[in-house]
Amino acid sequence: MSTTVHVDLTVNGERREADVEARLLLVHWLRDELGLTGTHVGCDTTNCGACTVHMNGEAVKSCTLLTAQADAAEITTIEGLSAGDGLHPLQTAFMDKHGLQCGFCTPGMIMAAADLLARNPNPSDEEIRHGLEGNLCRCTGYHNIVEAVKAAVGEVVSA
Amino acid sequence: MTTSVGTSMRRKEDPRMITGRARYTEDINLPGMLHAVVVRSPEAHAAITSIDTSAARERDGVIAVLTGEDMASDFAGPLPMVWAPPGVEIKTPEHWPLKRGQVKHVGDPVAVVVATTRHAAVDAAEDVIVDYEPRPAVVDPEAALEAGSPLVWEEFGTNKIHEWAIGGGDVDAGMAEAEVTVEHRFVNHRTSGAPIEPRCSIAEQRGDKLTLYSTTQIPHIARFVFSGMLGIPEDQLRVIAPDVGGGFGAKLQTYAEEALVLALAKRLGRPVKWVETRTEHMTTSHHGRDQVNYVTLGAKRDGTLTALKVRIIADLGAYQHLLTPFIPELGFPVMGGCYRIPNIDLHFTGVFTNKMATDAVRGAGRPEATYWIELTMDRLADDLGMDRLELRRKNFIPKEEFPFETALGIVYDSGDYHGSLDRLLEHFDLDEFRAEQARLRGEGVLRGVGFSTYVEVCGLAPSRAVGPQGVGLQAAFWESANVRVTPTGSAIVYTGTSPHGQGLDTSFAQIAGDILGIDPQNVDVHHGDTDQGTWGWDTYGSRSLAVGGEAIVRAAQRVQDKAKRICAALLEAAPEDIELSGGKYQVRGSPDRSMTMAEISGAAHIPPNELPADIEPGLEESAFYDPENFVFPFGAHACVVEVDAETGKVQVVRYLAVDDCGPAINPMLIDGQIHGGIVHAIGQALYEQVVYDEGGQLVTGTFVDYALPTAAEVPPFETDRTETPSPVNTLGVKGIGEAGTIAATPAVAAAVLDALRPLGVTELDMPMTPMRVWQAIQAAGNGGRPSAAPRDTEQSRSLDEQGKGSAGSGPAVPPEGGAA
Repeated sequence: MSTTVHVDLTVNGERREADVEARLLLVHWLRDELGLTGTHVGCDTTNCGACTVHMNGEAVKSCTLLTAQADAAEITTIEGLSAGDGLHPLQTAFMDKHGLQCGFCTPGMIMAAADLLARNPNPSDEEIRHGLEGNLCRCTGYHNIVEAVKAAVGEVVSA
Repeated sequence: MTTSVGTSMRRKEDPRMITGRARYTEDINLPGMLHAVVVRSPEAHAAITSIDTSAARERDGVIAVLTGEDMASDFAGPLPMVWAPPGVEIKTPEHWPLKRGQVKHVGDPVAVVVATTRHAAVDAAEDVIVDYEPRPAVVDPEAALEAGSPLVWEEFGTNKIHEWAIGGGDVDAGMAEAEVTVEHRFVNHRTSGAPIEPRCSIAEQRGDKLTLYSTTQIPHIARFVFSGMLGIPEDQLRVIAPDVGGGFGAKLQTYAEEALVLALAKRLGRPVKWVETRTEHMTTSHHGRDQVNYVTLGAKRDGTLTALKVRIIADLGAYQHLLTPFIPELGFPVMGGCYRIPNIDLHFTGVFTNKMATDAVRGAGRPEATYWIELTMDRLADDLGMDRLELRRKNFIPKEEFPFETALGIVYDSGDYHGSLDRLLEHFDLDEFRAEQARLRGEGVLRGVGFSTYVEVCGLAPSRAVGPQGVGLQAAFWESANVRVTPTGSAIVYTGTSPHGQGLDTSFAQIAGDILGIDPQNVDVHHGDTDQGTWGWDTYGSRSLAVGGEAIVRAAQRVQDKAKRICAALLEAAPEDIELSGGKYQVRGSPDRSMTMAEISGAAHIPPNELPADIEPGLEESAFYDPENFVFPFGAHACVVEVDAETGKVQVVRYLAVDDCGPAINPMLIDGQIHGGIVHAIGQALYEQVVYDEGGQLVTGTFVDYALPTAAEVPPFETDRTETPSPVNTLGVKGIGEAGTIAATPAVAAAVLDALRPLGVTELDMPMTPMRVWQAIQAAGNGGRPSAAPRDTEQSRSLDEQGKGSAGSGPAVPPEGGAA
C-alpha cells in the first residue's frame, strides 16, 4: 500500500532528497516534513489557493500535486519568496495597503500575485481580479489585496 | 510623540503573516503527537444498529478506535447550550461528542480513530463499519411544524423547540390605525461561516495539566465549558488560541472535536491533534441564518409607520449548540430598524430539523432582520407611491432624540441617520443614476440600485441585559484588561478578547500607548491564552473594541495615574500637577522638569530613592468593565448591479458605504472590516447557500459547490464615515466587525429587484443565482405566471436547479456559461 518514491528537488534554493509515500501531497510534505508551515491547507479541493507555491517559477496549488510530481523541480514557498533578509515588494505592499486580516490566505495570495505580475507586469484592475480568482479570502473583501498588487507593480518591475 | 489613535498605523500582526511565520493551530506539532479522525454518519436520521471497529483496530499505527459507548464515562456532562430564558421551555436534547443509539444529521460523529499519523487514521476510519437503520428525515422547518411530520426527537413529540416573544406598544391598535399595510414572506437562507482556515484542535496532558490549542474565538469560555465537561478543576485546563485564521462566528462554539481531543489526550497520555477537512467544515461546523420571516408593516397614507408585526420561524437543526436558539432573537433590539415604530410585536419559533445546528455567523440575527426591514420599507414605499429614501427620512429617528427608547424598551445610544444618508448621496447622484438607468434600459441593459439604511446592535453586552437577570444567557459579558509596563518602558497589554484577524494587536496598542505615553510599536498585545492574563469573555458580536477596548482604557489610565504619582514623588511635585504631553510626564508649566515612561517604570521596578510608602513597587494594573448599554452603529449603503437578462447573471458594479462607528481608532482597520463584511453579504445575497436535499443529504459539501465570492465577482468599494460618538464608553466607539454584513445584503437584493423591475419581477429570494434570476425573468415574461423560482427554503431542489455549476471556486455559472 505505502509505495515510496524517491524525490530530489530544490526547495527555496536548497536541495532536498527524500523517500516519500507515493500518495503524499506536496503541501503535506512541505508542511509536515520540511516545517514550511507558511503554506496552508484551506479547502482540499483546489478552490481556495491557500496552498499556492511556485513550481519552476509558476504558481501551483500544492494540495493538488503529489510530492512525487515535484521531483526535479524548483519549489518556492512564501518563506523563500524574498531573497535575503528583506521583504519582497508584494509583502511590503500587502502590509502597506492592509491587504490581510487573519493572514491565513495571505501566503497563497502573495504567491499567486507574484506569478500574476511575472506573467503580466502591468495588469489592469480587472486583470488583477481575474488573475487572483483562484485564491479565496474571507476577510478583506479583496479591495485592499487589489490595491496591494497595484502598489507592487512598479516595485516588482524595478526590482 | 504624536497621538496614535485616529491614525492608520500599519498592523503589528503583519510581519509574521506576510512571511509565512504566523503560527496557526495546525502548524503546531508536539512530541509523540497522535492524530484523530472522526467517523461520521452518512445518514440524516438513523438508528445505529452496530459498529464494528475490529478491522480498523488491526491497521498499522492505530492506537485506539472508540465509539460513543466506549467514551460514555469520559465526559461528566454533554456539550452545553447556555440560553435559559425565564419562563420559556427550550427543548434541549443531550448533545454528546460521540452519538450513541441514533444519529440526527449527516456528519453526526459516531466514532473516533486515533493513530500515529493522520494518513493512518484516515485509512482506519474507512474501515470502521457502522450499520444504520434509516429513519424519515425532515429538512424544511415549516414542514417540520406540520402535524404528521417525521420527528427529529420522538421523545419531545414535536419538532417545535421553543417560542419566544417580545413587544411594545399595542400592535393591534397600531395596525388598526394603519391606512396601508404590507405583508411579505422573506427567506433568510442557510449559510456557512467558512473561514479559510478550517478548524483544528490539539490537546496535551502533562502531569495533571491539560492544554488545548484550538482555532477558537472563545478560549476563556472554552476552558469554562470543557473543564466542566471533563469534570476537572479549571486550573487544570489551559486553552490557547494561537493565530486564528478567521472566525465569522463559525469558531464561536464549543465543538465536539475539542472535547474529544481533550478526552483522548487524557485517556491515552499523548498529545492528540484533529484537523477539520473542508467537507467536515461544511457538514459539522455550525451554519447560520436559515429563517423564514413573515413581516407585516403598517403605515399612514403619508408614510408614518404605525406598527410592525413579525413572525420568525428559525431552523435550528438537530441539536442545541452553544447559542443556537438565541441567535434569531439576538437581532431583536434593532428589529424596528432606524425607524420610529410605536408598536412592535415579535414572535420567534425554533424548529428541529435533521440538519447541522445553526448558530452565530457574522451578524448573527441582525443581517436577517436588516434584510426584511429594509426590503419591507421598499415595498411599503412602492405601495404608497412614495420615494423609498423619502419614506426612510420621514421615519428616521431624528438626531436630536438620542438617546432614544424604542417601543421595545431598547435605548439606542446615539445616531444621525439623516446625516449618513445625506453623506451617501453626496457620493451618489441618484437623479443622474435614474437618468442613466433609463437610458441603459433603452439599450437593453438592466441596471438597478438598492439602498440600505441600517442600525445594528453590538458591543455585547451589558450583563444585566443579556445575562441570567436579563434575557437569560447563563454568562456575563464584561471584559477585562491587564496593562503592565516593563522596567525598560515597554508595555504588555493582556486583553480578555480573542482577536482572529481584526487587528487588535494594533488598535489596542494604539489605545494603550497613547494613554501610557509609550510608542505603540513598544506595546505588545497578548490574548487568547487562559493562563496568561485576566479572565475574559472573548471575541464576537463586535464587542472587542467597545467593551474590551474600554477595559484597556481603564487599566491603562490606572497605570498612568500611578506613573504620575511616582513621577511626582521623584520630581518633588504634586501628582495632580503632572501631565502627559508629547510622550513625557512633566510638571505642569515646567516642561523642563519631566520624565519618560521608561524612566518612571525603571524607578517603579528599581527605585533610585525611596518611594513614598503608599506607592507599591511595579507598574501594572487590571480593569474589568461591564458596559451600561449596547452600542448602535449605523450607516447608509448603496449598491448598483447589472443583470444580464439572457443569462440571469448579476454583477455588482458599484458599492458605496457610509458607516458610523463613532470616532476611529484606526481608519484603515475600519475600512478593512467594512470591505470584508460587504463581500460576505454579497456572497449571501448572490452566491452562497448551504443546501440539503429532501433526504437530508448535504449537497454543498465543498467550496466547489458552496460558492464564496472571488475578487472577480466584486467591485472596489467607496467608503466614507461619519463619526457620532457613543455616550456608552469613554472612547465613544461602536463596533464595526459585522456592520458590512448586516448592512449590505438588503442593498444588493434591492438593487437586483430594481434592475428587474421593468420586466415585472417583484419577487426573488436569495441567493439570487443566475438560474433563479433567469427563471424569475422567464416567469414574469409569461403572463405573470408564478415564478418558477421557489419561495421556501428549498432544501428539495437539486444543485443544478440552484444554478450552481462545478466551475471551481467561482460562483454559479449561468446556463450559457456567460462572461464574468
